[in-house]
Amino acid sequence: MSHAATAGDHGHDDHDHKPPFFQRWFMSTNHKDIGTLYLIFSLTMLFVGGAMALVIRAELFQPGLQFIDPHFFNQMTTMHALIMVFGAVMPGFVGFANWMVPLMIGAPDMALPRMNNWSFWILPFAFTILLSSFFVPGGAPASGWTLYAPLTIQGGMSVDMAIVAIHMMGISSIMGAINVIVTVLNMRAPGMTLMKMPMFVWTWLITAFLLIAVMPVFAGAVTMLLTDRHFGTAFFNPAGGGDPVLYQHIFWFFGHPEVYIMILPAFGIISHIIPTFARKPLFGYSSMVFATAAIAFLSFIVWAHHMFTVGMPLQGELFFMYATMLISVPTGVKVFNWVTTMWRGSMTFETPMLYAIGVVFLFTLGGLSGLMLAITPADFQYHDTYFVVAHFHYVLFSGAVMAMMGGAFFWLPKWTGHMYNETLGKIHFWLTAIFFNITFFPQHFLGLAGMPRRYADYPVQFTEFNQWSSFGAFGLGISQLLFVYIIVATVRGGKKATAEVWDNPEGLEWTVPSPAPFHTFDEPPVIR
Amino acid sequence: MSAHSKDHYFVPDASAYPFLCSIALFCIAMGGASYLNGYTFAPTLMSAGFLGMAVLLFIWFRKVIIESPDYNMDVDKSFRMGMSWFIFSEVMFFAAFFGALYYIRTLAIPWLADTELLWPGFEATWPSTGPLGAELLAGVHPDASSIAEGTKFALVDPWHLPLYNTLLLLASSVTLTIGHHTLRASKRRQTVFWLALTVVLGAFFLFLQVEEYIEAYTQLGLTLGTGVYGSTFFLLTGFHGFHVTLGAFILLVVLIRYMKGHFTAEKHFAFEGGAWYWHFVDTVWVGLFIFVYIL
Repeated sequence: MSHAATAGDHGHDDHDHKPPFFQRWFMSTNHKDIGTLYLIFSLTMLFVGGAMALVIRAELFQPGLQFIDPHFFNQMTTMHALIMVFGAVMPGFVGFANWMVPLMIGAPDMALPRMNNWSFWILPFAFTILLSSFFVPGGAPASGWTLYAPLTIQGGMSVDMAIVAIHMMGISSIMGAINVIVTVLNMRAPGMTLMKMPMFVWTWLITAFLLIAVMPVFAGAVTMLLTDRHFGTAFFNPAGGGDPVLYQHIFWFFGHPEVYIMILPAFGIISHIIPTFARKPLFGYSSMVFATAAIAFLSFIVWAHHMFTVGMPLQGELFFMYATMLISVPTGVKVFNWVTTMWRGSMTFETPMLYAIGVVFLFTLGGLSGLMLAITPADFQYHDTYFVVAHFHYVLFSGAVMAMMGGAFFWLPKWTGHMYNETLGKIHFWLTAIFFNITFFPQHFLGLAGMPRRYADYPVQFTEFNQWSSFGAFGLGISQLLFVYIIVATVRGGKKATAEVWDNPEGLEWTVPSPAPFHTFDEPPVIR
Repeated sequence: MSAHSKDHYFVPDASAYPFLCSIALFCIAMGGASYLNGYTFAPTLMSAGFLGMAVLLFIWFRKVIIESPDYNMDVDKSFRMGMSWFIFSEVMFFAAFFGALYYIRTLAIPWLADTELLWPGFEATWPSTGPLGAELLAGVHPDASSIAEGTKFALVDPWHLPLYNTLLLLASSVTLTIGHHTLRASKRRQTVFWLALTVVLGAFFLFLQVEEYIEAYTQLGLTLGTGVYGSTFFLLTGFHGFHVTLGAFILLVVLIRYMKGHFTAEKHFAFEGGAWYWHFVDTVWVGLFIFVYIL
């Protein structure tokens, strides 16, 4: 890990000269402003996608159809997932990368600042297209976010809009990932060797590699969909010699690394918060790095565990089962390292630390249900049930999203120059953690009992668990208004934050004043 | 902040190009989706998008070229890394289509033939149009049905046009490398010659590729709708052809810039980036020649 020998004086007046509004927010080349844009976009999308989740949960509060018809229900599940994955989680982490990576490695900015801004601005336009698909004949895509053929071959114009929107998001992600890789590999302050890099930087380096490797594959898959739909090709049409299962293979070759794209940066954030509040250096730094790399490698050879029931040869089922189980080894290394970091630390439980511990605990639950799903014969029972829904919300919400919330509280003082209200922060954590578990824990039981996902209706015996789940979902959704309130209040005022913010934290970002000046590290810091 | 010096990493001033390019991209994407669904405004929107994007990219690259004397070696290295990773992303894009070809040939077609229930009598062969390829073909191209009798269509003979194309592209890689060596030796006229020859070879490749497509459509009964063989054949070779077009255009711009004196024997990243891209396009072609045409 890195130490800065010189704090440096970065607070010159001329450095804090900010351009006028339009220039600053629409034409930015500043990694901090672009990071802020990404974070605001991500939070907005969290609420848009969250509102759709609440429509789903309202409909599922009781058996029978109450509020919406099944077709609209399918549009809701599809769009909820697309928006959360590509609009909330991925841009959120890019926002963190933009803000923190240059600060952590002592770089003046991202390596390719204009391209950085382009990566961001593509997103609002892409989501305008995706969201406006609600208003074309037939409504939004209703195939599930995986856009499986042959259903999407038959869909209406909305499928084309989803395809072009995905192409745009892909361009944005690839450019963003190239920017991160180049920044990390080329712009580290002198003396910061790779094995001295902060964990968040390491996890993002590997995430960026995954993005560049798999986003083009997804682009290829949806391109084949497009030509099958409009130009008479037969990639996914058995009558022409194609195979709809081919789509699933290509999709999940993208899709599985994609889920690690959404969790590795979360691991990075946790690896900063826990050492800070345990007041001990991260246990097993190099094993953390190698575990991250191992997870990334394994992510390329486990994709077909998403399709165990599709009718693969037995050898295929076995290979993907064992390969999938292997992932629990490097993931276990990480979990044990976090726990060992806390062992005999002088711990305090500020909001970010509560989130970090919450993530370690709840993500591990999601990992364990994942291990259950990895067992091929067992998966034949769980496949496409609410057990899967519970599993991936434990890794994606209580893993990725809660890590981002923890990260936001952790670095908010650095970003805004003010301390957030600790009491409100803690209340927000407990509301989120409790309502999250009320929402998703019962879904394990629903799935094990056989309730399939993506249906607007269900048999009466599933009612009670569904009511708990819907109750929790509304509580979870409303609690997030508090999150927005805390952020807005912190931006507008509050106790002044010191440069260090926390008790002797590690890392270059704590050597610059709070709020971080508009330009930092014009002169590279010296790393010992 | 505008005081850029070579001691510092070049951080550009605020720029409107990214935002405007996003609008152009929006017009292309939205126009494209609307066009495929028969909206009359779509061609206008799409053309406006393409035109806007072309103009904006021209201005953006122009700005970069004007700025480039202020770039230090770190910026140069960022550009090199950026280009390399971009090419890696392109490799993965082609990997998706090569993967699809492999899956269809090796797994999907034999499985389809094993399923006696659906299409009894369908045999696993490659190339294949699938059980109903010809009928699909007739549905997509009503006028092409007379060409394809039954599921029959003829393959492109790999030892004719594709072989010439292979030789053309391999030769163009050699001429480009010679051009790079002469550039580094500051032999100006030779560089112009070898670079121009590379572009001409690329253009000639594209000409033969168009010729091949015309032959496929008019004489061989091989079209985009010729079952899964036509799908993989035209999408693989088509995306490759698109990349050759882009690569040749890049090299043409590099040639013009070289003649205007933009490059020195030491500093000529645009040339090198274009050359990497060209070699990548070449390599993909060798893969196509082996796996699509010969095998």
